[in-house]
Amino acid sequence: MNGLLCSAFGWLDERFDVKGLVEFASHKRVPIHRGSVFYYAGGVCAFLFLLQVASGILLLMYYRVGTDASYESVRYIITKVPFGWLMRSVHSWGANLMVLFVFIHMLSVLFMKAYRKPRELTWVTGCALMGLAMAFGFSGYLLPWNELAYFATKVGTDIIGQVPLVGHFLLKIVRGGEEVTGATLSRFFGLHVAILPALLTSLMGVHLLFVQVQGMADTDKAKKTMPFFPNFILRDAILWLLVLNAVCALAVFLPWELGKKADALASAPAGIKPEWYFLAQYQFLKILPGKIGPVSGELVGIGVVSLAGLLFVAVPFWDRVLPEERRDRAVNLFGWVSLAVLAAMTVWGHLS
Amino acid sequence: MNRKTFLNLAVGAGGAGFLASMVYPVLRFLLPAEQTEAQPDVLKVGTVKDFGDGASKILKFGRHPIIVIRDAKGGFHALSATCTHLDCIVQYKKDEDLVWCACHNGKYDLSGKNVSGPPPRPLDKYTVKVQGEDLLVLRETA
Repeated sequence: MNGLLCSAFGWLDERFDVKGLVEFASHKRVPIHRGSVFYYAGGVCAFLFLLQVASGILLLMYYRVGTDASYESVRYIITKVPFGWLMRSVHSWGANLMVLFVFIHMLSVLFMKAYRKPRELTWVTGCALMGLAMAFGFSGYLLPWNELAYFATKVGTDIIGQVPLVGHFLLKIVRGGEEVTGATLSRFFGLHVAILPALLTSLMGVHLLFVQVQGMADTDKAKKTMPFFPNFILRDAILWLLVLNAVCALAVFLPWELGKKADALASAPAGIKPEWYFLAQYQFLKILPGKIGPVSGELVGIGVVSLAGLLFVAVPFWDRVLPEERRDRAVNLFGWVSLAVLAAMTVWGHLS
Repeated sequence: MNRKTFLNLAVGAGGAGFLASMVYPVLRFLLPAEQTEAQPDVLKVGTVKDFGDGASKILKFGRHPIIVIRDAKGGFHALSATCTHLDCIVQYKKDEDLVWCACHNGKYDLSGKNVSGPPPRPLDKYTVKVQGEDLLVLRETA
């Protein structure tokens, strides 16, 4: 067996210089310092994405798209298909944990200032990946065609419609018409299972390529390092196993509910709220008055949220123009204030 | 204009034309066809007996949902059921005698006027007409 593996390796090496890759991996080292634990967050995001792909493909075997089929097919999956309830809950919990770990990864990079030169583009691609992860969550949320999803999509897509000049055009493209209907469901399905996976996979490839070429950011100037392969990767694997266990435990003990089927002629139910990662924006839109001066409150809200997002993405570029002695403090203040506002609005949105 | 500038312009214009000819059909394909169906002017929503005091019903008037309400004093009201804030479907709150949107806590009075919360403008109003026992909703605004 060993001989067979060796000859297969030799065959591949002759053609693709695999030894070069192994050599590269064996020289790659990971700094060891008090923040090293956060190096694992990115790997967990990648692992959860793979879990989503796998569980999503399994769900596709039974899921049918359409206003008369989506809800029924998900109900069939969770009530009749062997382990269907598990697959659906793993997919739902996996999505939530993926967004959570993307947040952890982004915030740790922000606070460790790992986005600084030469890693500006790694940060920007990371921000784009976070946007794609949230788009995945938003588009997938509608697919069971239940009451909560229907209203969340109505509100979310209406926000797109508020964008000045092109809003109505974008709204019609996203919804497939003026209203949230079966056409919207078809578009979200295409987005969720074809467009977003292709975009996310490509961008993740670019992101990982940047990380491989530039190595891990060593902002603490660590004296000790460990080999990436096998030491770091094996630690990564242990964490992936723990995360898989956590997803399965959540799926078993807190299975995801299906709720009531969407009805275009039913009132929005009392206590309706979006997923936790949209709660802060939801609460912010809720507290704004109808008009702020001559401008509509929604438009002001969208403007403020977009500006905050832009500031976040542009951190590597505004950080470098600050005086060096104030740079770290300014970014830390920005990070902590953003985090505090997000957390406070999320808790307020949950409780109100 | 020298030959190099001319060639750059020609290739640039050709490239832009090529891109536009690719992008335009895709955008038009994504943009759904306009609905051209006729919009009704009158809708029979039931009989007076169907609505007890404080009852409400959401129905489709053409392509748009409307809410028909019978208030505690027996008066009828018909309003657009789509919240002017972010498009949710509203409901009648009998205890407060107002129209409420659960999505962002927007409130309207029974004439459709936005009275609290984030809605930026009133709900569209419809005319309710009692014809014998039948209850009709008319498109003309009251």
